[in-house]
Amino acid sequence: MYHNIEERDIRALRDIAPGRVLAGAEIGGDYGHDELGGISRMPDVLVKVLTTEEVSAVMAYAYANDIPVTVRGAGTGLVGGCIAVEGGILLETTAMNRILELDEDNLTLTVQPGVLLMDLAAYVEERDYFYPPDPGEKTATIGGNISTNAGGMRAVKYGVTRDYVRGLTVVLPDGGIVKLGGKVVKNSSGYALKDLMIGSEGTLGVITEAILKLLPLPALSVSLLAPFETMESAIEAVPAIIRSKAVPTAIEYLSRETILFAEEYLGKQFPDKSSDAYLLLTVDGSSRAAVDGETESLAELCLSLGAKDVYIVDTEERKSSVWTARGAFLEAIKASTTEMDECDVVVPRSRVAEFIRYTKQVAEETGLRLPGFGHAGDGNLHIYLCRDELEKEEFEARLAKAFDLLYGRAAGMGGLVSGEHGIGWAKKGYLARQSGDRLIGLMSGIKTVFDPKNILNPGKVCR
Amino acid sequence: MKILACVKQVPGTNRVEIDPVTGVLKRDGVSSKLNPYDLYSLETGFQLAEQYGGEVYTLTMGPDQAKTAIRETLAMGASGGTVISDRRFAGADVLATSYTLAQGVKRAGEFDLILCGKQTTDGDTAQVGPELAEHLGIPHVTNVLEVRPAKREEDGDMQQKEQDARVSGTEGASGADEKGPDGAGNGPGAGRRLWVRALRDGLIVEQLVTTPCLLCMEDGVNTPRLPSFRRQKAITEEQIGVMNLDDMEDRNEKAYGLSGSPTQVVRMFPPQKRDGKELWNGTEEESAERIFELLRERKMI
Repeated sequence: MYHNIEERDIRALRDIAPGRVLAGAEIGGDYGHDELGGISRMPDVLVKVLTTEEVSAVMAYAYANDIPVTVRGAGTGLVGGCIAVEGGILLETTAMNRILELDEDNLTLTVQPGVLLMDLAAYVEERDYFYPPDPGEKTATIGGNISTNAGGMRAVKYGVTRDYVRGLTVVLPDGGIVKLGGKVVKNSSGYALKDLMIGSEGTLGVITEAILKLLPLPALSVSLLAPFETMESAIEAVPAIIRSKAVPTAIEYLSRETILFAEEYLGKQFPDKSSDAYLLLTVDGSSRAAVDGETESLAELCLSLGAKDVYIVDTEERKSSVWTARGAFLEAIKASTTEMDECDVVVPRSRVAEFIRYTKQVAEETGLRLPGFGHAGDGNLHIYLCRDELEKEEFEARLAKAFDLLYGRAAGMGGLVSGEHGIGWAKKGYLARQSGDRLIGLMSGIKTVFDPKNILNPGKVCR
Repeated sequence: MKILACVKQVPGTNRVEIDPVTGVLKRDGVSSKLNPYDLYSLETGFQLAEQYGGEVYTLTMGPDQAKTAIRETLAMGASGGTVISDRRFAGADVLATSYTLAQGVKRAGEFDLILCGKQTTDGDTAQVGPELAEHLGIPHVTNVLEVRPAKREEDGDMQQKEQDARVSGTEGASGADEKGPDGAGNGPGAGRRLWVRALRDGLIVEQLVTTPCLLCMEDGVNTPRLPSFRRQKAITEEQIGVMNLDDMEDRNEKAYGLSGSPTQVVRMFPPQKRDGKELWNGTEEESAERIFELLRERKMI
């Protein structure tokens, strides 16, 4: 059993982080939920930490006193991962937002966990470096990105967050400080604990510093917006594009419906909405000639696969008119309904068309509106289950049925529960069902090794 | 309606440097693109042509590579375009540039409507459009938000009010009336009227303007369409005309380029930043009240 926070605990925490501890009613309501708000619970005490040592001191105190601790970055998660479901201490890292070192000899960037993704990208790009992971939510913290192994819109070519983390400084649940990985390129030294920490959603340790791998900034990038007559023809073009050995950074699927939501949400017109379905591809490279060559062959390929035309998105203004809308899809769909839940399923890329078709079927079967969009090029789909005018109970019943159908079909295709948003609180049941006792047992065993008292982000992922 | 859109090729990024010694924009090695402000006027032209019939042609002045700019307008939807290019035009200021463009427009044909962007991202003077209209002796309106053919009743009103007001040198005004608002068949210079909504000194003005006329479109009035790969592939060399000084009505070299430019740039420098930063601490209400008072004091609201 956990210890309930008392006045003396708050005093002790105030000694560790003077002036940065809030308790009870002092804590703003936003700390009780995340972006999606599927679960809410206020923490008893909020500690805004500044250093690894403070985190260590807080953890040591919590460990000694059996107080649950949940780590929170910018709170942009979608599965309740940063919610203190058992109350206790909420450890906020957003003030740890310093970029500590750009190491141009090792092509690494050392950062604190609270640095926002958009600030990180701007910092490195100003210096002609490139941090490829590009999740839609630019106001997320890098700590949160690492904790969920966020993917984003360049995964097709560059991979996901895990591929760009070289080293981590982690505070363990008992307050111990460990360094995992480092500035090294290769590492065969024992179990890959750094990789285990990435994507562990704050259940195994608190990330207090990260060494990220950088690339040289590609000299230019060009996007192509290809309108298709139907969703099927758009999605069915994707495997052919992948087979063609062209390496776009992104292949995004956009439906007209979602584009219209984004227009309304942003109050800005999208440059083309004459078609029901679009693919948005991006090519980058180090020279104009290389990029032009690749865009031309991709454009020809799209035409041969049934695209009505291919629009060229080549300047800052044009990219902004297209990608601003793409970046706003989640918020735009959220604004179109009263309440929603999301399905961040990932399937083998060859099955994306089939899965999206199945989504339409599920929408009909359950009577739920299921707008969506997806990283068609990497098989990760974002499907939103909208409540609209339904009664709460009715919505929940339909939601459960729709999730069962969607995750069931994805599993049958060799897919997985989450592509990039994580399991957190909301998707635990579906992870358990798909993984089975043996795998959940392994995960739970790992959790026990790191956190024998189960005080760090309890009630998440596999517990 | 026959529409001409004037465009300019500008540096491709917003991170252009100015040579501290000469004060000239460093263009070498910088990629180029269509002036973003011109995209709004192009889009306005395409929409007018789509809704009321007609075609959009484009015109640019620049070195040989400015052909790329014309090709891009063709890929967006223009029917043809012309590059005015001659080493003797080099070093032109706004006056010489607008004069050269005016000469080019005269050779390129007759147009009902000439569209320009608000300004360019590299020169930022916003003078070339109005000066072009002056050289051509046609009316112009700047900072235009919206344009369409005048409706018959609007046109009638205006005629009433004006009584015998002058009609800008053409005689087709009454003919345009009879054909009504959709008179796409009107020949160039028919003297039809356009209804225009524009910004002027902080006010929105609605007015009628007689064609042929020139409009400078305001920033952000639409979402410009993207260049089409299909159209780009279909471009033929015949669609792109090239003109030099020898093609002009006025072949006096002195009127062009550096020698036709009275402007002298004494010095170029980045504007000084004002450092009047203040930091206020207080509750949201207090801060809101304070900022409201400040804005009112400074007559910003």
